[in-house]
Amino acid sequence: MSEARASPADHARRTARARGPFARELETPEGTSLTIRIASAGERSGAFLIDFIILIVMMYLGSWLFRLIFQGAGDAERIGYALFLLYIFVVRNFYFILFESGRRAATPGKRLLGTRVAMRDGTRLTANAVLARNLVREVEVFLPVYFFGALIASRTMGGGETAGIVAVLGVVWTGVFLLFPLFNRDRLRLGDLIAGTWVVHNPKPVLAAEMVQERADDPFAFTPAELNAYGIHELQVLEDILRQPQSDIRAAVAARIRKKIGRKHVEGESDEAFLRGYYAALRRHLEGGLALGKAKRHKFDG
Amino acid sequence: MKPASRPVTLRSARFRAEREADWEKLEKILKRAEGGGPGRLTTTEMMELPRLYRAAISSLSVARATSLDKNLEVYLEALCARAYFFVYGSRTTLWERLSRFFLEDWPNAVQESGRAMLFAALCLFGGAAIAFVLFIQDPETFWLFRAGGFDMRTPEASTSYLRSTLYRDPGDVDINTMLTSFASQLFTHNAGIAILAFALGIAFGIPTVALLVFNGLFIGSFYALFWSRGLGDELTGWLFIHGVTELWAVVMAGAAGFVIATSVAFPGDRTRLAAARHAGHKATTLIMGAIVMLFVAALLEGFGRETINSDLIRYLIAGGTLVLWSLYFYAPRGGRR
Repeated sequence: MSEARASPADHARRTARARGPFARELETPEGTSLTIRIASAGERSGAFLIDFIILIVMMYLGSWLFRLIFQGAGDAERIGYALFLLYIFVVRNFYFILFESGRRAATPGKRLLGTRVAMRDGTRLTANAVLARNLVREVEVFLPVYFFGALIASRTMGGGETAGIVAVLGVVWTGVFLLFPLFNRDRLRLGDLIAGTWVVHNPKPVLAAEMVQERADDPFAFTPAELNAYGIHELQVLEDILRQPQSDIRAAVAARIRKKIGRKHVEGESDEAFLRGYYAALRRHLEGGLALGKAKRHKFDG
Repeated sequence: MKPASRPVTLRSARFRAEREADWEKLEKILKRAEGGGPGRLTTTEMMELPRLYRAAISSLSVARATSLDKNLEVYLEALCARAYFFVYGSRTTLWERLSRFFLEDWPNAVQESGRAMLFAALCLFGGAAIAFVLFIQDPETFWLFRAGGFDMRTPEASTSYLRSTLYRDPGDVDINTMLTSFASQLFTHNAGIAILAFALGIAFGIPTVALLVFNGLFIGSFYALFWSRGLGDELTGWLFIHGVTELWAVVMAGAAGFVIATSVAFPGDRTRLAAARHAGHKATTLIMGAIVMLFVAALLEGFGRETINSDLIRYLIAGGTLVLWSLYFYAPRGGRR
């Protein structure tokens, strides 16, 4: 009564569900689906905060540098001012665009948090998309900041009733844009929506050692009945336990398995060796089933 | 009864042993590629990358079907995703991108957004016409649309002062004035308005309309002021030597906003998300074009207007830019389209 083997796509969907609310499926042009994790709102704003601080430092350093070079230089002072305006324009508008259209598709802030920009439909990230998502940032982020500044100014300096009301309305209106990512599943901001992009984790592949050593004989020689006691789920839980550093939990697990399959603890047999032996045998048994089109998902299955 | 002891071999472990070297190689290339620019990779590595990527993808499919080693699957998934992001990262060279933009994307986007352009132009010049008529009826309306507080070009100024603002005494002109004017025009004012007009399109275009109309009102009342003093012809030359390009750019930016707005408001068969995305591509092309035009306009304004005092030459340049931009955008092109 084993389930028929699921297609790879089903498989990815299952694992995506299993890996929590931030896991998404992405289909590559080769037709294989990959599970990726989208960045949370906290990671997004954290990355932006880092970039914002870098921007402010760059602007501050720029103004200091231009003043150092051009101050008191007579006519050249105005050239310096013009160059400074140019510098501010370039820094503010191209910081995000240049970094995101690069190889890593990430600003320094995003890199620090291990995220990057990608197309939602899995196609190649285009320069246009990067441009679009960053131009819209002007409205989403800098406009609320501007209105907020205006609000504070009207409170402290008394810019009159209307100025205050306009500023409040401005903050509310643009605040909707700023908080937009919180109201959709994929944490898209408006720029992402227009550009067709999202921000995802750049996965870090870590390959642990192979758990099964080839050997000429199997000292445990588990019977098929003993191996039928568990399914894939239990196998992978056992894998997790064995990959963790040594702990008391192994003795408990070994005892449970022995009890379940009805095996006595042989004198001198270490729990570690028993678990590894059982893991190897169980994996072989279950993988053999897979090859025949039978997947025993868990211990209650078939 | 114990079954005969069998050797412990796993097909999935063999599979891993056979392919592991390739995966590690891919991982190493990726690490290096992301650490530095693509220049750091050798040609062989660049050539090998797609093959290794496809091999990893196929390994992943095999592993999903045959292996129960969870760590292996998670690893391959991460490796493939990372390689995928790299292989399908933005790739075109700047030069290819630029030439495609100027030869195809930009003129095509302009041609395809005729209605949005028309509507944006209507907002801008409609605003100007309204302000103009209002001013002629009552010059006091000028104060409604005045933007800056320090500008002396108001109805209170004398005609001779107004005239003097239109021309430069050649003795006054130096590279500093030109540069400052160029930079402040472009980098603080116009590009900001253009980007805003585009970005505000997401709010169904209503703020874009307001922005365009308001700019139109300002231009209209300004124009009426000079016109009422008999300086209409002179102002036209002063304004349009760069204004043809600049206003065209503002209209284009507004049109970009409207392209987004229409797609969000009337997505048609698509979902709103898909419609916005599709429109986003066209709109970004328009806005990039608008920024290029604003750059040209700022050059014309900063350097052209500051040095050229002849009305005739100003008119010629204005007319010339009109013809050139029209030809560039609307002239039928050879080849496909």
